[in-house]
Amino acid sequence: MSETVLELSGVCKTYPISQGMFRPKATLTAVNGVSLKVERGEVFALVGESGSGKSTIARMLLGLTPPSAGEILISGVPIAKTNRRKVARRIQPVFQDPYSSLNPRKTIADLIALPLVVHKIGDHAERQSRISHMLDVVGLPKRLIDATPDQLSGGQRQRVAIARALVMRPEVLICDEPTSALDVSVQAQILNLLLDLKNEFGLTYFFISHNLAVIEHIADRVAVMYLGRVVEERRRAGLFEDACHPYTQALLESVLTPDPSLGLPENGLGGSFPNPISPPSGCAFHPRCARAESRCKVDSPPPREIADGFASCLLLNR
Amino acid sequence: MALLEIQNLTIDIPTSGGLLHAVRGVSLSLERGKTLAIVGESGSGKSLSSLALMDLLPRRAVRRADALRFNGVDLMCATERQKQDLRGNRMAMIFQEPMTSLNPAFTIGDQLCEVLLRHRKVSRTEARDRAVMLLEKAGITSAGTRLGQYPHQLSGGLRQRVMISMALMCEPDLIIADEPTTALDVTIQAQILRVLRDLQSEFGMAMILITHDLGVVARIADDVGVMYAGRLVETGPAAKVFTTPGHPYTRGLMDCIPTPGRTKPGERLGAIPGQVPNLVEELRGCAFRERCGQSRSACGESFPDLWLADDHRVACLSGQSAENAA
Repeated sequence: MSETVLELSGVCKTYPISQGMFRPKATLTAVNGVSLKVERGEVFALVGESGSGKSTIARMLLGLTPPSAGEILISGVPIAKTNRRKVARRIQPVFQDPYSSLNPRKTIADLIALPLVVHKIGDHAERQSRISHMLDVVGLPKRLIDATPDQLSGGQRQRVAIARALVMRPEVLICDEPTSALDVSVQAQILNLLLDLKNEFGLTYFFISHNLAVIEHIADRVAVMYLGRVVEERRRAGLFEDACHPYTQALLESVLTPDPSLGLPENGLGGSFPNPISPPSGCAFHPRCARAESRCKVDSPPPREIADGFASCLLLNR
Repeated sequence: MALLEIQNLTIDIPTSGGLLHAVRGVSLSLERGKTLAIVGESGSGKSLSSLALMDLLPRRAVRRADALRFNGVDLMCATERQKQDLRGNRMAMIFQEPMTSLNPAFTIGDQLCEVLLRHRKVSRTEARDRAVMLLEKAGITSAGTRLGQYPHQLSGGLRQRVMISMALMCEPDLIIADEPTTALDVTIQAQILRVLRDLQSEFGMAMILITHDLGVVARIADDVGVMYAGRLVETGPAAKVFTTPGHPYTRGLMDCIPTPGRTKPGERLGAIPGQVPNLVEELRGCAFRERCGQSRSACGESFPDLWLADDHRVACLSGQSAENAA
């Protein structure tokens, strides 16, 4: 019954890094062998610290940068063999900062209509009717149609960004930290809107965030990334109730819920995120892992099946 | 005597559209060694209020107050010389983005020592020793070698630890931390807050923590002030404000955050309808009334102030009537 819309199989992305004029280039592995499947109609969330490769995956899914190895499939068809415009019709992005993702010189109508113009869809009258329909859908008043982004609040701008993404009737929205730049009350409005739109248009969300409370609220399935690898992928309930990987556990312990009776948590992670140019041997997480053993420094942990997903940790075998 | 006393602070900023009343009468006091968190959304005036203490407001801004006293010094009529002696010395500030508040052209050692050399009669070696000691307390390993590094060579978490150490160089009485962990990963956030809290209790400093993150507030603050449209709408001990929030805005904020156990995944979150009012015009009555589910005609007439319990204060008429009925 379930249908795979997006699939990553063994996707890697490396970047050459200049070390100085006369030194050889080093290789930074941003994404290291990620395989995952996103089913139609679900909210698939990607979580991890900065530098873990979340946004690189988003860029590859949007076709903005090709993977160095592995394949990305949209409904079973490799993205590399699909026309860039066809990809854009099915997958659209919503970015983090609505202050920099909207052209300040364009009116709201221009911004929302741009995808229609690029894809040569409809005449002027049809575009106008689609724009005003989209304003309705995202809850923006019609009088803003000729406004420019600087006249809008952060929440309204993010609504424009969502309207622009939806005007092509895509199947998948890639939401890269869509609420991180917003105030909490506006964040709640945008999350409510995203959930409503998902039901109304039967959308699939690929949702990137570092805010675990938001992810627990909106996601159906969650993948936790660490240094370019997915270390645990589970259904929401399983992950938040019974996380298997020590890194996921530490992440969950770090979340500060608004409860004054609890003090500051001790996640035992230490401060230093490893250097992605020379990642640690074995399990990349071992230098920060409180339970690491000697074999963790040597052996790279294979993904291990759990009832509702998998986790990659050598200690799970016992 | 309280370390810091603010009475009826107002800040007006002239803009092309008229006079912006950014802060409209804030009164608070802070005891030595205590942590006061000021919560509010962007534009509520929380950062401006703290900049006003340091007299670091934008040049056009006009600051007025019935009283602004720090450690017995009247900040309203202090000379520039007196203010320079206070800033960085008796009160220090930690900003949100450590990359922009550290100078990229100087080593962190230079920047740390400068604070102490500026305010105290110490030798470079003494300043350096204190810098190393504080960096170590802030959880930086091999602090001695770090002193020779430049800000770009450090990660965000390390930079924020450097900022904290810098703020502590002169052992100030008051630290103002403006969104100190907002730019950091969740895993680092708790560690930085812990460093701040431990150093604060070790040196007996007071702290004003400015943030929009209620989770941070709940875990670290003694007292909380909730700001809306340039005014404090609720103040009180953190435990009371979080368990029995009195103001409809505070309650609305809490319903907005997805919280395991309180909100159901996938269901609609509580939302505060409408938008923050325009602060350019003269506002009469309660600024929140147009977004409030309990507003009455009386809310448009005056801005209420009342004490719920002796230390929990809520500026809301509907809270008053509930109190009277009880």
